[in-house]
Formats: sequence, structure tokens, C-alpha cells
Amino acid sequence: MQLARVIGDVVATRKDEQLSGIKLLIVQPLSPDHQPVGRPLVAVDAVGAGVGEEVFFVRGKEASFPFHPAEPPVDAGIVGIVDHWDLG
Amino acid sequence: MLLAKIVGTVVATRKDPRLVSSKLLVVRPIDPRGKAEGNYLVAIDTVDAGVGETVLVVSGSSARMASGLKDCPVDAAIVGIIDDIQIND
Repeated sequence: MQLARVIGDVVATRKDEQLSGIKLLIVQPLSPDHQPVGRPLVAVDAVGAGVGEEVFFVRGKEASFPFHPAEPPVDAGIVGIVDHWDLG
Repeated sequence: MLLAKIVGTVVATRKDPRLVSSKLLVVRPIDPRGKAEGNYLVAIDTVDAGVGETVLVVSGSSARMASGLKDCPVDAAIVGIIDDIQIND
């Protein structure tokens, strides 16, 4: 899983029917000092995250597991909202 | 998932039988502000997208979960047509 900040959202009317009702957010992966690193990507939201929040997300087919037994075609999904994180 | 712009089509007569009647499109990933970045890729279209449209592309084994692609040998599928992108960073 990777830490990221939610920086935006995406609206798509015409989409795979299994994506209906699922929120699509743009996440920017973060470095340990909270700076953007790498490319932003689109992730589905499984926890009610919003723009500006720090989250962690999972990549790959596992991104669809929160929606079980449905199997939406997604490869990145937010599975947690970060309250705070420190490096010891 | 990636945001991408459709830049072309692919025609292949000889291909895996499970790809027969699939529409193949060439897409180029873009960043949320619309700037093209990275390599072109070939993706299967499941939402009747066309050249010039901005779309949502799912990669890897998840692409097979798109409608009609069960057990197909694909690693990129177009699963949505983007209407709007809001960025706030």
C-alpha cells in the first residue's frame, strides 16, 4: 500500500456498469516528508475519502476487494484515511 | 487507473480467438491537467469510446474484470469516458 493525498475527482457518465455508484478520485503519491512523488493516478474510494485528505491505497486486483462480492474493474483503491503518520 | 486520451485505432486480423470482435484502441496516458506523458499503449474498448476522447484505463489483471473480458488475454481496458476532471492541490 502507498500513502497519497487526494487532489481531485473524476466524473464519468458512460462507464462499466460495475463502476456505477463508485467514487473516482485522483490521488498523488507522497514521499515520507509529505511531498508529491511520481505521477497522480485515479483510484476508487472505499472509505469515504475526500479532496485534501491523506490516504493509503492499494494497487492491483485487490482494489476491488472492498466491493466484494461485486468485482468492479479497478486497479487502484483507497482503503484507509490517514489520521497522522510519523517516521521514527 | 490511468487517465488517457485515445489517439488511434488498431486492426489485427490474426489474433487470439478471445479477442475476436474486440475493439482495440491506441491510448496515451495524460496527467490530470491534460498533458500527455509516457508511452502509448493498446487497450480494449468496453464503453464505445472514440478517437479524441479522454478515458479511464484499468491495467493489469483487473482489466479482465471489465464487462465482456472474462478470461481474455488483456492487460489494459477502457472502462469509462471522462466528462470532467476537478483538481484542487
